[in-house]
Formats: sequence, structure tokens, C-alpha cells
Amino acid sequence: MGKPTGFLEISRQSAPTREVEERLKDYKEIFTNPPVEHLTSQASRCMDCGVPFCQSEPGCPVDNLVPEWNDLVYKGQWREALDRLHRTNPFPDFTGRVCPAPCEGACVLGIDASPVTIKNIEYAIAERGFEENWIQARQPMARTGKRIAIIGSGPAGLAAATRLNQFGHTVSVYERDDRIGGLLMYGIPPMKLDKEIVNRRVRIMEQEGVQFHTGLNVGVNLDIQELNEKSDALLLACGSTRPRDLKIEGHHVQGIHFAMDFLRTTTKSYLDSKLRDGNYISAENKRVIVIGGGDTGTDCIATALRQNCRSLINFELLPEPPQQRNSKDNPWPQWPRILRQDYGHQESEAKFGEDPRQFQISSKKFLDDGNGNLAGIQTVRVEPDGDGSFREIPGSEREWPCDMVLLAMGFVGPEDTITPKLPIQMDDHSNFRADFGSYSTSQQGIFAAGDCRRGQSLVVWAIREGWDAAVQINRYVSS
Amino acid sequence: MNFCPKNTPGLYDPKFEKDSCGIGFVANIRGVPSRQIVDDASNMLCSMEHRGAHGYESNSGDGAGITTAIPRQFLTKIAASEGWDIESPEHFAAGLVFLPQRKKERREYKALLEDLIRDNDVRLIGWRDVPTDAILANLGASASDSQPVIQQLLLDPGSTEISDFERRLFVIRKLITHQIRNQETSEALQFYICSLSSRGLVYKGQLSPDQLFDFYPDLRDPDFHSHFAMIHARFSTNTFPSWDRAQPFRFIGHNGEVNTLRGNINWMRAREMQLASPYFKKSELLEMRPIAEENCSDSGNLDNVLELLLMSGRSLAESVMTLIPQAWEKEVNLPQDQKAFYEFQSNLMEPWDGPASVTFTDGQSIGAALDRNGLRPSRYYITHDNKIILASEVGVLNIPPSEIYAKGRLKPGDIMLIDFQEGKVLFPDEVKTEVASKHPYRTWLNQEQVPLENLSVGPQPEPYGMAELSRKLLCFGYSVETIDFILLALINEKRDPVGSMGNDEALACLSDFSKLTYQYFKQLFAQVTNPPVDPIREESAMSLRCNIGPSGNLLETSKEQARRLVVEHPILTSEDFSRLDSLSTRNWQSQTLDTTWNHQEGEAGLEKSLHHICNEATQAVRNGVHFLILTDQAVGPERTPISSLLACGAVHHALIENGLRTKVGIIVETGEAREVHHHCLLIGYGADAIYPYMAYQALIQAIGQESSEPRGPAVLEKTYKKSVGKGILKVMAKMGISTLQSYKGAQIFEALGLSTEVIETCFKGTPSRIGGVGLNILARESLRRHSEAYKDNAEDLQLGNPGEFHWRAGGEEHSWNPEAISTLQIASRAGNRSAFQHFTEEVDAKSRDLCTLRGLLRFRDGIQPPIPLDEVEPAAEIVKRFCTGAMSFGSISAETHKTLAVAMNRVGGKSNTGEGGEDPERFTLLKNGDSERSAIKQVASGRFGVTMWYLTNADELQIKMAQGAKPGEGGELSGHKVDQTIARIRHSTPGVGLISPPPHHDIYSIEDLKQLIYDLKNANSQARISVKLVSEAGVGVVAAGVAKAKAEHILISGNDGGTGASPLTSIKHAGLPWELGLAETHQTLVLNKMRSRVVLQTDGGLRTGRDVTIAALLGAEEFGFSTVTLITLGCIMMRKCHLNTCPVGIATQDPVLRAKFDGQPEHVVNYLFLLAEEVRDYMARLGFQRVQDMIGRSDLLESLSDLEHWKRKDIDLSRLLACHKESNRQVQSKEKQQFHLEARLDARLIEKCRPAIENKHRVRVDSPVKNTDRTVGTMLSSEIARKHGLKSLPEGTVHIHLKGSAGQSLAAWLVSGVTIELEGDANDYVGKGLSGGQLIVYPPAESSFESHHNVIVGNVCLYGAISGSAFIRGQAAERFCVRNSGATAVIEGVGDHGCEYMTGGRVVVLGSTGSNFAAGMSGGIAYVWDPDRSFHSRCNLGSVGLEQITLHHDDAEELFNLVQSHSDLTGSVRAQELLKDWDTVLGQFIRVMPHEYKRVLKGQNFAA
Repeated sequence: MGKPTGFLEISRQSAPTREVEERLKDYKEIFTNPPVEHLTSQASRCMDCGVPFCQSEPGCPVDNLVPEWNDLVYKGQWREALDRLHRTNPFPDFTGRVCPAPCEGACVLGIDASPVTIKNIEYAIAERGFEENWIQARQPMARTGKRIAIIGSGPAGLAAATRLNQFGHTVSVYERDDRIGGLLMYGIPPMKLDKEIVNRRVRIMEQEGVQFHTGLNVGVNLDIQELNEKSDALLLACGSTRPRDLKIEGHHVQGIHFAMDFLRTTTKSYLDSKLRDGNYISAENKRVIVIGGGDTGTDCIATALRQNCRSLINFELLPEPPQQRNSKDNPWPQWPRILRQDYGHQESEAKFGEDPRQFQISSKKFLDDGNGNLAGIQTVRVEPDGDGSFREIPGSEREWPCDMVLLAMGFVGPEDTITPKLPIQMDDHSNFRADFGSYSTSQQGIFAAGDCRRGQSLVVWAIREGWDAAVQINRYVSS
Repeated sequence: MNFCPKNTPGLYDPKFEKDSCGIGFVANIRGVPSRQIVDDASNMLCSMEHRGAHGYESNSGDGAGITTAIPRQFLTKIAASEGWDIESPEHFAAGLVFLPQRKKERREYKALLEDLIRDNDVRLIGWRDVPTDAILANLGASASDSQPVIQQLLLDPGSTEISDFERRLFVIRKLITHQIRNQETSEALQFYICSLSSRGLVYKGQLSPDQLFDFYPDLRDPDFHSHFAMIHARFSTNTFPSWDRAQPFRFIGHNGEVNTLRGNINWMRAREMQLASPYFKKSELLEMRPIAEENCSDSGNLDNVLELLLMSGRSLAESVMTLIPQAWEKEVNLPQDQKAFYEFQSNLMEPWDGPASVTFTDGQSIGAALDRNGLRPSRYYITHDNKIILASEVGVLNIPPSEIYAKGRLKPGDIMLIDFQEGKVLFPDEVKTEVASKHPYRTWLNQEQVPLENLSVGPQPEPYGMAELSRKLLCFGYSVETIDFILLALINEKRDPVGSMGNDEALACLSDFSKLTYQYFKQLFAQVTNPPVDPIREESAMSLRCNIGPSGNLLETSKEQARRLVVEHPILTSEDFSRLDSLSTRNWQSQTLDTTWNHQEGEAGLEKSLHHICNEATQAVRNGVHFLILTDQAVGPERTPISSLLACGAVHHALIENGLRTKVGIIVETGEAREVHHHCLLIGYGADAIYPYMAYQALIQAIGQESSEPRGPAVLEKTYKKSVGKGILKVMAKMGISTLQSYKGAQIFEALGLSTEVIETCFKGTPSRIGGVGLNILARESLRRHSEAYKDNAEDLQLGNPGEFHWRAGGEEHSWNPEAISTLQIASRAGNRSAFQHFTEEVDAKSRDLCTLRGLLRFRDGIQPPIPLDEVEPAAEIVKRFCTGAMSFGSISAETHKTLAVAMNRVGGKSNTGEGGEDPERFTLLKNGDSERSAIKQVASGRFGVTMWYLTNADELQIKMAQGAKPGEGGELSGHKVDQTIARIRHSTPGVGLISPPPHHDIYSIEDLKQLIYDLKNANSQARISVKLVSEAGVGVVAAGVAKAKAEHILISGNDGGTGASPLTSIKHAGLPWELGLAETHQTLVLNKMRSRVVLQTDGGLRTGRDVTIAALLGAEEFGFSTVTLITLGCIMMRKCHLNTCPVGIATQDPVLRAKFDGQPEHVVNYLFLLAEEVRDYMARLGFQRVQDMIGRSDLLESLSDLEHWKRKDIDLSRLLACHKESNRQVQSKEKQQFHLEARLDARLIEKCRPAIENKHRVRVDSPVKNTDRTVGTMLSSEIARKHGLKSLPEGTVHIHLKGSAGQSLAAWLVSGVTIELEGDANDYVGKGLSGGQLIVYPPAESSFESHHNVIVGNVCLYGAISGSAFIRGQAAERFCVRNSGATAVIEGVGDHGCEYMTGGRVVVLGSTGSNFAAGMSGGIAYVWDPDRSFHSRCNLGSVGLEQITLHHDDAEELFNLVQSHSDLTGSVRAQELLKDWDTVLGQFIRVMPHEYKRVLKGQNFAA
């Protein structure tokens, strides 16, 4: 620990994002990389805890060696910090951007002060690594001749691929879309993760020998049996991509879209033609309601704003969280369930003068304008009844006129393109059944990792699972 | 009959038995025998009764004895009556022999002895039964049952010359002893020759001092005359009868302990093959092996070796000086020839290191010596009629003051001799000069010695390339932690790095990670029976220097023996190491042994290679090699390293076995060793020097990466070496060992989890009580690291972080992981049972998963039927058995300290002040009825805030002998933590740092502890007296001694207890788990029939109901919790206590951080009740209604049997679980310790002082006093404090005038309003803890000596004094005013270490001082009259400055007034002389001013 009293002398300063007015004009990343002095001084706040909760169960899923690289950054040893960061996390460039940073939620400083800006520092270390060309393709020392097929090129697939390749195996990654990256490519908008960031990783992996195949949808235009037979092991990392639907009255009207369709088409069009081809679902000049208060909902808000929607409202079923952590039912080091204003909310407030979120709203019915087009939503306010469900508050019904609804209510498991061809047991949540730690499915030699195994979750969890599954697969093919 | 249970199934091992004693002699200087001398000896013994001890029977003593000259008149009379024919009445020899009770063996042994006598051309005059009178002596049953048959034999030299006759007797005794005692039957072990000589005769036995003369009518015979008598009263930690362990031995009486015994014995074994002497046949010397006899105490072994030296022609003084040398290495005032003598002798013999006061005699002369630290008192009187009386105390003989010609004491390292032929006393300098001038030692040394730095430098290693370095680091098990926590810290902090909180990491023998062999070892340390030393403040006695390489024949003194390599520091830099290349230029051969093996040989390769290198080493030495270099440089893709510790230990022991060890030096070139602990182990198992090349390489690389300026490799290596050196000294010091030479090979370790195979191969003689892993597992661990380092498809070669110091996800298991901490906090905040269950499940699982020994135990259900929960005693009863551990106010914040006290008081448990005192405001109840008063008041070595009022306000007084996280060390509180409040409570100065000395300076031995217990009982008779010990091999034996010293409560702490700051080496590697210590203690106390006298408590990582239940079943009645309670209050194991940056306001004094403290008493209360409820669940399951019924029921525990774990499967906990039938019954039948306070002098004083106590009337009392009147004035003070509180009585209310020799601890904690005026002299500890009282001491008017030249008060006077004054006309012995907080003292001379650690007050010395004055002094002022301007060379200038005083100085007046008062109160002649010429005299005073104190007085840098 560089500075024992850092946390007493320096207060938390997050790295600033770009000005809202400015960033609303484009799809470029909202992040900035602050000066080195800012980072070293923020890093000095890390207390190098005897028991670093940032690595604990509620903390970082990849067990990032946070105290160590904070200290190295404080001491100016960026290269070593990068090495230390890469020990646990192959893609700090991704997590430094998109991770909600549970590490910060568990940070010991957070007991009664503001946590260390761990995520900013992670981001900076990774960027420094690219700037300085420290991050280079590394060839494995020897090739084993074992062939591993990975289905899905999202964070889990990539993490597994990079590690398995380093073990010396021959790794092929199959992606159904036209670009590699899965959720990283089309699920997260460019404002949060510039697609070039994904590509530069993919390029390095290609140089290292990982083979990527796009446009191959396993079970659809790629024979899973055949693939399985010609591989020594197979990893399912195809994500949890079946969106949760809202089948209420009127759900068939025009103007209701799944968030992913909205985000994917926008990003693809943006990448293909800077949106000039018009091949995307547009919110321009529409009154938009986003249903679902998670990260995807926020991404929809931000995207719709950039498309110049006329108005924007965001429904959330849960009550508005408190401003500060309630130490009784949400004690440290649990993830603090507090009201956070994410980038989309900020932008919406800047544009329309108020935060777009409406809490405790349950949608009852989509309204038809008579032409089969969406005219609005009928809702009711709800409150938690204590056993996990909600009860409606009588007399709180309301109608919300709108032209476009984006459903961002989560996902319910992998699509059923594989199981009909290759029977794999599913769990109670319709994910592939495989134990955490072993990642082995009911079929010998077939492994599953990431959202398709654990259900929808964070990018960082996907990385963790892919990274760990690689070790299990290596053990399997080596024995 | 020998009761000593040699092979008990439990943990008790007689090897750890310790003793200490009262010793002394009386002699006629002219050698004139008389009956009077023998009578005097009898009186002396009786007045040292309190220094001996009794077992569970009040009439079975630990041993007493006497050595006299051969009482020729008496024995001639006997011979006449027996009809024996004595040919040479002036030269016949006599011997006293213990023989077995069984006739058959007795006859057999006597016949064997007679054969040997004949073979040696000596004539047996006759045997007689020695009359004994067990009835008159009131001999206790256990002594009586084990009483041997005691016979005496007389031998005639015939024509043999007398000194040769003595040698024949020596050979006879040695051979017969081996022949018989080696059979090891109980009969054989009863055979023992007390003495066999023509010069001295020993009578001794399992007796108390007052029984000796009653038991042996011989001693009372009017014809029994002698010109000297040497006596001994033993205090043993054990009560097992052992007649032969009574002292004196044949030549010595020993009050002390040989800390380095294992090493000394091993080195003696190694030397035995080389022995040659013109006085003995080679075959005789071989047959007499082992010189240091088996089944013998440390003192007995010392006697064995002294005897050998004497018999081979050395003088008595020379032999003693060789075995117990003074601290010569750094002593600037030592004459060159004496220094040369010691230096030369160090080539032949390492010091038998440890506290020692020795008396010795060969009949022609008698003498006494003190060890280098002077840790035992030795004082003498010489009378006008040529008598000398020397003893552990003054006042042991009643001598009219007018008859005393001189009074004095031995100083550290002194030796004194009375030569009966010359008829004179030889004082230390005369003795040493004479011995040192016997040979031209200095010339020999100059000609022969080869200092390492005189060899030429060779080529030095190139740094490794990155990849090679990384692989090697991985192969040797380096981690990020090694670099950050150890290596960089050694460089940056320039000392062994410091950490905080306890060690909760998995034990090496249970861990799933691959551990270094070093991690299986725990350092042992001194507690109670000998003191640890302070290697920093008392550096002058410490030494790392060693002469290494081949050494010669011990029995010869010649120039060639000086021919050795002088190594000043055992750690070699690359440059040092390169010098070894030129050994050959000095005609020394060296050979390198490869300590790696081919990994393809697998696990079996390790054992094979070990045997191979041992054979190679043996062969090499036989071939004449002088230095062996064990190296693992060959490590690489093919070769995996043998742990350097295994290699070194194995070679060292193989060479000892073959009698070759002293012919060769062992140098270890290792990539593995890097921590202080590693180096200590290597040295402890025989390494002469270590070259830790990978540590250097790693450092060079790590420092190179830091952005700050790079330091050159040579500088780094030197800094590393220096820091490690300091660390090694500290490890040695905690065992009380001062010289590396004695530490080397001394094996001051216990192995935890190593199999007998490993111990026998590499570490012979090391305790390893639970068995464990074999060589194959150690090999597997090495191979694992090797394969990590050299695997083909290494992902990367970065160092990992195994999380051994700080918890890391995926790293080593810790009991306190995030899950455990957060669930405990949730549970205790809400009082939530299910969250608590979650917590205990997590912690118990971690316990099973490798963290603790108790994790390997399980309950045996069904031994007793379970009972319904509601039949179990309520939780409210159980929580009364709970205490918090000692955490000082200072190490934790006031808020935390108070919260704990309130919580414990609410539940009826006990909180513990820790060593920092307590705010008197807290002694009154709060308005809401809560109490912030801690029930347990700790008395630690620093004595901070230990006032009479503090002691009065206690329910329990706890003497802290050791602390789990840093046993054998003192603490330090840095200046920035000492704010106004802490300074007020500790009676110190704000902003000035405070040091707790490693030892209690009033406890250097078990009888000292007995004295302190007695003192505290006097200070508060209603408080229970507790002694806190730390678990280690032998703690049970120590505890038995503590019980005999009358402690009422014993706490056995585990090694994993927490700390506010301690070297990581100590946190990690010192002490053992409480399970072992507790079980050993319980078992030993039961065996000793002492269990019922004490309440046993344990602490150190107790967390769950399961822990508490197991502790109870292993013998604990009470339970302590520390870390866990802090965690309920918000602690998150930050491990930053030592930095004052605790972010939750617990372990900090920073007001900003303290404001963050969020703990409430309810949190602790909730936890304790949740815990107690869980204990109840276990009790119901096991069928116990009351906790009391569970104590010691280890039959309800068993080892988990289904262990398939690679390491755990060979661990054997059966000794831990050994259950003694009477165990539980003894716990139930509580007996009170008896102090007989009502019969004390103070009881009479109190009666006479009633008017003062009740009504503040002035009272004057006159009374005689004698040395058995101990702790005078303390009970009176206690009475006054109880009545009048903090303010006590007005000045001068009570005046007590005493006449005579006062016993120890005169005026301890004397309160204000009381004056004690002593006309006479006093023993040790005068005025300890002085709490405002006044003390005046002066010699009787009729005495004829000059008072300022004579010692009038003993050692360690005014220790921890708080306030008040002392005027002493005469000198004090060693350690005057140690840790004085605020008392004023005037004295006419002091011994060594005056004013050490002093933090306040004024001391005026009107005479000479010893060396090391003011060491560690941080406050107060001392004025020393120094007319000859020599004081500076005796002052330790580490923390103080010396200044002149002028007339205008503010304090000139204060000084004048003090000297004036001294003159008025004591009639001091010295003071009167000085006052006459005050203006001149004032200029001769030196003001000793602590730097820090001066800075603070000036108001700099401190704003409170």
C-alpha cells in the first residue's frame, strides 16, 4: 500500500464522462480517461485491506487483485499493474467500461465513505496497456493438437477462447452474427463500448491463433453433431438471448419492440453505414416508453435519445431505492441497492428536464390507435407485498400515451436451437445444466459457461465463467 | 521409585521441566573449618524458604541440599566406630550415593561400582548407611515414597597423587553412571552419585530447605565441620519427586536456566570424538561419553561439562568463564587480554546461554558468577572476621551491622573467587586478569584467526534473465507477498516488517497449498522461567559474530585452536560469499554439495538425495574437508530443490552422529531462505553462514521496478543483511539468548505437523507432538512448485498471491474471510440467530477446511445420553465464563475499550484492560447503571498506569507473561498515538513514544513470579491473581510451576491471538495453537495434582460454540474472545492497527477515524448470547447440564477418522485427547491457594495504623524487619486506598521506621501519606509501582563502611514507579528506576541499565553508574554526578542527550533541593560533602535528557 493515509486525505473523484449535451450528438463513448495524477491520487485511497472485500462473494466476480494494482498504479508501475490485472481478467478493457463494479459496492471504504474508483483505474490500466503497446499477441509455447469448438463469441466465449489458445489448443469460435463479440458487439451500444475496442481484442486473439467464424448459427446452419465429433471438446457460450415478453392485452399492436432488436439494428446500421442505410428501428420523433429499469433499459433510453425521440419515459416495477444504503436490510458489503442515475437517465433529464424513471409501475394493457398501431399504455401502481410479489394500489390506474414501447425486461435463457439436435439437460430456469466450477454439461466433453448456464448476468460473470471453464476443458482434453 | 511419568500418553514431557532457586554459600576466607559455618548454612537455607517451592503437599519440597568440605573429623569418627582402616586421613574421599529401594538391584549396582573402583586402583574403605530422619523432617508422602536408599562410601587414594585420585574418581563415577542409568529402568534411574571426591561432599534430597538438616542427622553432628558450605533451595515447575535433581551438583549450585541446552548438548556430542587429554586414556574418554548425561537437568549437564574441563586441567575460574562468558564482544571498557581470552575460548565452546547465577566449588576454592545479562541477584557480605556470605538475597544471616566490613553484589558477567589456600577474596577483575594472562591469547588470535573480510573478493553473480528469474522464484515458492510484505519491507523499513491482528491462516500441515518446510516450524520463547531480553535497548550483550570452520580438541589449549574463520554476521552478501573461493589460500579445503534432485525420480528422490548428501558430507569431512557448501544453485528444468532446511538439518545431524560436526563449517547457499524465520531455522539447525542468493536477485529486480531512484545491488544486499540481522537478534532475544554462537544448533523450535521420520532424519530432538507429513509430502510440495515453474505451457510466469498474510480470493484459507466477517456483523447487530448459524457454519467449515487443529476433532455422540435443551444451564450462566482478551487502551480507541467493558459488565463476564491502564473515571457507575470498569486489570511489563488505585479496582489481576502474537517481545506505542488522555492514564508525556520491555523486570524466574503474585495479592487481597501464558511445548510444565507459585487462574493463549503491532515473523511463526497448550496444561496439572488449585482459561481465535465446547472438553473453564468481539463492533480485519489508520475507528487514536466507530455494547452482548445458546445446543447433545461438568472430558472428543487428505491423514491427535480419569474430579474440587496474609508484618502495621486509616491521625510505627518480611507496606497501602481512594492520605500521616534487612518488594505501590524509613538494607524490587509514598533507606549508624560504596538495595528498584519519592543512602544494584513514570529518587550509585525505559520523574545519582544507563529512556530527567567525566561511556545515547547544568538553569534549584533533602532525610555523608562545595559540584553534574521529551517540552511538533 503506497499511502496509508490516502483515504483520509483524498476524496472520491470519479473520472468525468463527456458533457451530456456534447455526447448526445454522437454515438461515441461517454468515458474520458483522466490525467495520470488523478488516477494515482485516487488509487492511493485504496487501503490494501487485510480482507479485501472487493474480491469477496459480493465483490468482484473475477477476483481482480484490486489492492495490488491500485498500489502499483499509485507507485507508477503501470506495466506491472497491467500484468497483475491480466492475471485474473483477460478483458479489463471491456469490464473497465461496462461493469457495474460490484467491487466498489463491497469496498471497505464504502462502509461509511465513498469507495475507491476501482473501475476507472481498471479502465485506465487497460487503456495504458494498449497505448504503450504492452498488450501484444502472445503465441502459446507449444501446440497440443487438441481442437476446441466454442459456440458464441460473447464475453464468456472469448474469455475461454483466449485461455484455451494459450494452453496450446486449437480453438474455433462460432458466431451467428456478422461480427464477433456477441452481446459486446450488438447488445451494448457504442456509447458504452466502442466497437473498435472489441475488434482490437479480437484482432489480437486472431494473431494468437484463435479462429473466428461468423455467420454460423449452430443448430441452424451449422451441424452441432458434426462439430462435436470433430472437436475434442465443445463449449456452449451462446448467452441468454430469449427476451422476456410482456403478454398483456394489446401486445400484438405495432410499435412494441424487444430492446435487443432495437439496440442491435441501431448498432449494426451505425457500423455498416453510420446509420445512413436506415436499416434500424428508429425512435425519431416518437414518444417512447422503455419498460424495464436495468442496464439494457438505460441503453435503450440513451439510444432513443440519440435518435431524437420526442419524449421518453422508463417504467420500473420496483419502488424507488433509497439514496443511501439501508444498513438493516441491505448492509455492507452487499451490493448497495440505492438510487443511481446512469448515463441514459442523466441525458434524458438534460434533454427533457426530468428523470425519465417511473417507479412501481405495472403495465396492464397496450392501447391501440384503432389502426393496429400503439397509442399508449394503461398502467397501475403497485407495491411489494413482502413475499416477493406485488399488489396493485387501487385507484392508481393511469394511461400513458406513446408511439413506441421498448421491452427491456430481461432474458429467460438460451434459444432452443441446440437441444433438439443434441440433448443436453436444462435446469429449472431453462439454462444448460452444468455445475459452477466444473461447467460440465450432461454430455461428456460438452461444457457450458456464461449466461447460457447461469442465466442473464453481468459481462464480468461471463468472463469469469469462460476463463474458469477453459481450465476445466484443458484438464479434460489433457487427461 | 520414580514417579516421573516418562512416557505418558498425553502431552506432558519431563524434558521441559524447569527450575530456579535460592542459592548461596558461606565460607571462611582463610579456609578454617568450623561447626559455625555449617550452622550458618542451615540458617541461610531456612531464610530462603520462600525461594523454594512445594508441590501439592505442603511438606514435599522441590529439593534442597548442601555441599561442604569432606568433614574429616566427623568421618574419621565414623570410620573408627565402623572399625575401618583409613590410611591417609587427610586425603581419603567420600561419596554419597542414592541407591534403589529394591535390594536385588541395589546389591547389583554396588557390586558393579566396587568392580570399577578396583579396576581404577582405588581402595574401598567401606560403605555405611547414611542415617535419615524422615519423621523429624516431617517428610511428605511423595518425597518419602520415592526416597532412595542413601549410602555413603569412603575411598582411599593409596599411593595415587591427589589430583590424579580425583580424576580416577571422576572416571569411576562417569562409567558407573552410564552403565547403570542407561538401562533407564526406574531402579536404574534411582541410582545416582551425589558426589564422589576427596574435596567436597554433597547432601541433598527431595526436601524443602528447612527439612535438610532435620533429615540428615550427619549434618547436625558437632564434629561435622567445614570451611565452606554451599547451599541450594530448589523451585521446580513440577512436583514429580526427583531426588537426584536436587542441587548442589558435584561442583555447582545453579540458579538459572540454560536456554540453549539442546544445542550445547549436541555440540558436546559432536566434540566428544575429538577429545584427547594426557590425563585420560583415549578409551576412557570414549567410554565416558556422553559427557552431558541423559536424564539430567540443564544444571546437571552444565555441571557435567564443567567437571570435564576441571578434570582435564583447567582451573575452576577458567572453566566457569569458558562456559558462561561475559558479554565481551562489544564491551569497550574490557581490558584487551580479557577480551582475547573470551574470544579464544569461543573457538572451543559456545556459551551455555541463559540467566544464571552460579556458585561453584572444588573444595580448594569457592566462587560465584553471573551471566552476561545479570538476570539473577547475587549479593554478598564480608565480615571483619573473614567470613563471606553470598546469596540470592541479603539478610539471610543475621549479622550485626558493626561486623560487616563490606557489602556488594556481582554485576553482569562477574566472577568472584575465594582462594582458601591463599586465604583471600579475588574480586572479578583479579580473577579475570589472572585467567586471561595464562596464555598469549591475543597473539595467538592475531596470528591464526582469519576474518572473512581478509579473504579476497571473487567474481560475483550476474543477474538472471527475466524468464529464468521468474521460474526460479516460482520454484522456490516466492509470491507477490514475499516481495511486498517481506523483501521490500526489509529494505524500506530496515527491520523485520511489522503487521497487526492475529494469524488466522491455515496451518501448514493442514493446508492444501504447497508450503515451505520452514512453515511447519514454530519458534519457542521464554516465559516465566527465564526472561526474554531486549535486543535493541540491551544490544551490548547481543552478538551475531561467530568463528566457524574446524575446531580442535576441547581439552587442549593451543595456538592452533584459534585458527578459524571469523564471520561477523551469518548472512553473507554476494561479495562475502565470493570470498569463500579463496579459502584454499589459507589451506582450507571446501567442498560443494548439490542439494537438488532430479524431478523425474519423483517423491522418493528426496529421501534418497538426503541420504546421499549426508554420506557425501560425512565422507568429505573424513577426507579432510574444512568447509561444506550446501547449494541449490543447480535448480532448473531437471532439478528440483531439496528444502535447504532439510538439507542443512540432515547434514548437521549426520555429522554430529559421526562425531564430525566440529571439524567442519556448514555454509548454506540457498534460493529458498529469505525471511528472518527461515534464517533463524537454518542457524538453529546448524548452518554457520547463509547466502540467500534468490532473495538478493528478487530484490534487485523488484527495486529496479520502482519508480524512485534505483539502489545498487551491493547496497540492497547490505541493507537486507542488516535488517535480517536485527530480526534474528529479536528471535534469539525472545528466548533470552544473547549470542548467535549459542543459538546455533540450539533448535529452539517446535515442529507442528511433521512426522517422526522427518524429525529423526533432519531435526533430531525437536518436539513434534501431533506427527504429520513425511518426506514424501514435503517432496510433493517441492515438486509441485517445480512443475509450476517449469511447465511447458506456462500461461505466464508471474508470481502468484497465495494470500498468506492478507486474505485473497482463491488463496490460502483464513478463518476470517469476508463471508465470516460480514455474517457475524449482521448476526450480532440484529441478534439474528439464523445469521449467526450461517456465521458459525462458515467458520466451523473453515476450521475443518484446514485452519485449525480443532477442525480435525469431532464430538463422540452417545457416550452420554443427550438431554433436553431446557435441562441445560441457561445462557445467562454460561456468559459469565466469557471474557474479552487484553486489548490496551492505546492499541484500541477509548470508545471501543469502553464499549467492550460495558458489554461484559452487562452480561456478568469480564473485560480486560490490557496493559495500558484505565481511566479512574471509569471506576464509577454511569447514570444508566452501566459500568465501564474492566474487571480484569492487566499487569504487563511496561506497568503503564499500574497504580495502587488501579490494582484496588480489579476483580482479577492478570500478569501478562506473553502474548500470542508476539510472545517474548514487548510492545511499542509510537508517540503519535500518545494523546493527552492516553498520556494521563499511562502517566507519561503526550507525544512521547512508550516501550514495554520484553520481560517483566521483576520476573526473571519462577520464584520471581511467585513474588509478584504475592505482591499483587497484598495489593488487592480480594482479586483473583491470574497469569497469562502462551501455548508452546512445555507450557504445561510452566503452568504447573505457576500454580505452585500460587496463581489462582491461568490463561493459556493460542498463538493466533491478535496484536496492535508486531513483527510478522512473530505473528506467523511464534507459539502454538491453544488446543495443544491447553491440553498439555490441563494434563500436566492433573498429573501434578494441582488442577484443583487453579481456574484455567483459554483464548486465541475462539469464535463459535463448537470452539468453546471443545475448549471446555480439553480443560478450559473460562473463555476469552478478542478479535471476534471487535468484529461485532465493526472491525473488518484491515490489519492496519500498527499504522493508526483503522477506518472503522477501532484500532486508532485519530479523532477523525474514531468518529467513525459504530459499535454498540448490544452487538457484543448479542454475540455472546448467541454463542452461549450454541454452546447449550452442544451441551444438550453431549448430555451435560453444566459447563463445569464438561471440563477436561476429552473422552468425548475424537479425531475425524475419515481423513483422506494428503496431509491431514498422518496427523495424530491422540496425545491431545489423552484423558486422565481424575481429570474432571480435580476440576470440581476447588482448593484455594494459601497466602497466609494474616500472619504478615503488614497485618500488624495495619492494626497500628488504624487511627490513620480511619481518622487520618498521624501514626508512627517502629518495627524490626527481616528478609522473610516481604512486600512490606503494600497491604497497608491497599487498605488506605480502599478507604480513601485515589487521593489517599495527606503527606506524612503514617511514618514507619524499620530496622534490619527488608525482604523483596519493600514498599511496593506505597501510597501517598505513608513514609517508610528503613535503617538497614533491602532486597530486590524496592518501591516497585510506588504510588505516591515516600521511602528512605540508610545504613545503620553502627555500620563501619562508606555507604556510597556499598550496595544497600537490590535489583530493579522503583520499577514502574508512578509517583512519590525515594532517598537511598548507598548504591542500588542493576536496573534502578526501570520504567519510572514519575517518582523522584536520589541514590548514591546504580548498577547497569539504570533508568532504562524511563518515561517520567527525576533521578539523581550521587555516585557511579553501571553501563547502559538510560537505554530506551523517553521521558523524565536524570542527573548524574560525574566528577571524572567518564559517564558518557556508560550511557546508552540511543534516545538521550547529555547536557551540562549551570547555576542559571531552571533545574539547578530543583537539584539542590533534592540533594539537600537527601542529606536531611538519610544523613548522607556524600550529600553533605557535595553541598559544601555546591557551585563546583553543580558543574560536575550531567543532565540526561531524552530527545523526545525535550522536543515535547519545547512544544514542538505536538499540538494536542
